[in-house]
Amino acid sequence: MKSYIREDHQKSEFSVHRSVFTSHEILEKERQEIFSKCWIYIGHESELPKNGDFKRKKVGGRNLLFTRGSDGVIRTLYNSCPHRGALVCRENEGNTKVFRCFYHAWTFKNDGELVGMPGKDGFSEEFNCDGSKNLTEVSRLESYRGFMFVNFDTNAISLDEYLGNAKEYIDLVADQSEVGLEVLHDPQEYSVRANWKLISENSVDLYHGMPTHKTYFDIKASQDPGLKKAVLEGKGIDLGNGHAVIEYIAPWGRPVAKWTPAWPEEDRAEIEELKNKLVKRFGEERAERITGYNRNILVFPNLVINDIMAITARTYYPIEPGYMEVTGYSLAPKDESEKFRLRRNDNFLEFLGPGGFATPDDNEALELCQEGYLNNLEVEWNDISKGMIRDEAQATDEEQMRSFWRKWNEVMTKQSVKEEVLT
Amino acid sequence: MTGILQEMKTSISHQEIVDFLHEESELLDEWKLVEWADLFSEDGTYLVPPLGNPDADPATSIFYINDDRTRLEERAKRLLKKEAHVEYPHSTTVRNIHNIRIKQQEGNVIHVRCNFSTYRTKREVLDCFVGVNDYRLVVKDQRIVIQEKKVTLKLDSLRPHGKISLIL
Repeated sequence: MKSYIREDHQKSEFSVHRSVFTSHEILEKERQEIFSKCWIYIGHESELPKNGDFKRKKVGGRNLLFTRGSDGVIRTLYNSCPHRGALVCRENEGNTKVFRCFYHAWTFKNDGELVGMPGKDGFSEEFNCDGSKNLTEVSRLESYRGFMFVNFDTNAISLDEYLGNAKEYIDLVADQSEVGLEVLHDPQEYSVRANWKLISENSVDLYHGMPTHKTYFDIKASQDPGLKKAVLEGKGIDLGNGHAVIEYIAPWGRPVAKWTPAWPEEDRAEIEELKNKLVKRFGEERAERITGYNRNILVFPNLVINDIMAITARTYYPIEPGYMEVTGYSLAPKDESEKFRLRRNDNFLEFLGPGGFATPDDNEALELCQEGYLNNLEVEWNDISKGMIRDEAQATDEEQMRSFWRKWNEVMTKQSVKEEVLT
Repeated sequence: MTGILQEMKTSISHQEIVDFLHEESELLDEWKLVEWADLFSEDGTYLVPPLGNPDADPATSIFYINDDRTRLEERAKRLLKKEAHVEYPHSTTVRNIHNIRIKQQEGNVIHVRCNFSTYRTKREVLDCFVGVNDYRLVVKDQRIVIQEKKVTLKLDSLRPHGKISLIL
């Protein structure tokens, strides 16, 4: 089989074959090997605060119900009637004791148990004694610091083991509030006419920051006269298992907790207070890391947690090789003051949202890449070499993307990337 | 309704409102975006609340757009730059507005509602945005200005559009 990835340490070059963005065959294999076997983010536990709460979610291409049963237990059920298959729940979210399929009126408790069906005398007495007519539960649902993932593979390793070194960075996000984070209402549901892997790359790509988002930084500079030239500096880190992070300093303010001259002087004290609380909990060094640094975390394959001027959890799924659906959530400390919450939300929609000053340009960049792949027969390889000549990768290098691709290749081909000498 | 209309006539006629909204659409379709921003009052706002939740609270929900006067002007100026990549070269747009109705007048603020369908084409892909606009208009120095424009998109999601790069 032809290799998808080429890595040549002598020449310090790393290439990805562009067929991975356009081939239907590869997408089919990704559905089996990646989206049916890896841990896939479904949501945050704060989305289901009360017993009976549910959210309808499309995850890994499946129609799921993310529910908190009357017993308080969070479950993931397949949203499909065991009778003929229809969706048993059509609302996007709500609170209920039962789900009822309208087709033949089979009724299920919010833990999935079949509790009612018209014309019961037409079925045998043993019907559903084995539970096979209950709503099917996704085999694995596990949580780390409130971030919940599903796995459709019963034999998968634990989420804890899977996340590995990524946990350290999720902790830096989750530790921002003593009482925990919450997901805001109304996640942003959008799409990009491009291959899903391009957003995995883009979300941990600091190299594109200045050229692609110049207009955003220009606007920030106009709000902060001291800011002549924005600096993005830090490290790009391979976290193993395909996970990666960039950890860096940037010119924007952080609601937890870095003040910027674009904000009123009188808010400085409140920001300092937030930071001091973290110093008390974690010591000066860790508090500085939590508050002063930004991090874009990529959890293989399709979760990005960007802890920047706001916090987003972004997940995406391929409908076609050249079309993905994206869901963007905003996370914030539960105990945040309204003033800082509004500021955070402003930051979010100004940069991260699809109506903002940055994300639409990312969207455009990705779509132009996809258009460029019409030339795949003659122009075959993407270059992801930046920083290979250095021992320690900078945040604007591409090591964190290479770690994604090495894992992707391993999952897809069952082989690690072989050292190749490019000719 | 007749009562409201009669009251209007003393300050501003239904036809003047219709003409104003058509002129706004034309400015946007012609990419005269700085002129568009000038239609707003000094405290003017431009809002696109979350889909399906038009009365959302910006403290607990993420809006698509929640611009104060400064930011709506930044938005207009940004879109005219070559580095606003998503709209370079500019997309081609047509804005249709329909069912224009005057809902209420409170003091000097007139609440006008209309339906809209906005078509955008770029690289031979056509996207259609549909919804309802709610305006709060006031008369200042003999001209109509927008105090608030709230765009309620009547879509299930931003798919396949993927973004709101235009001013709706």
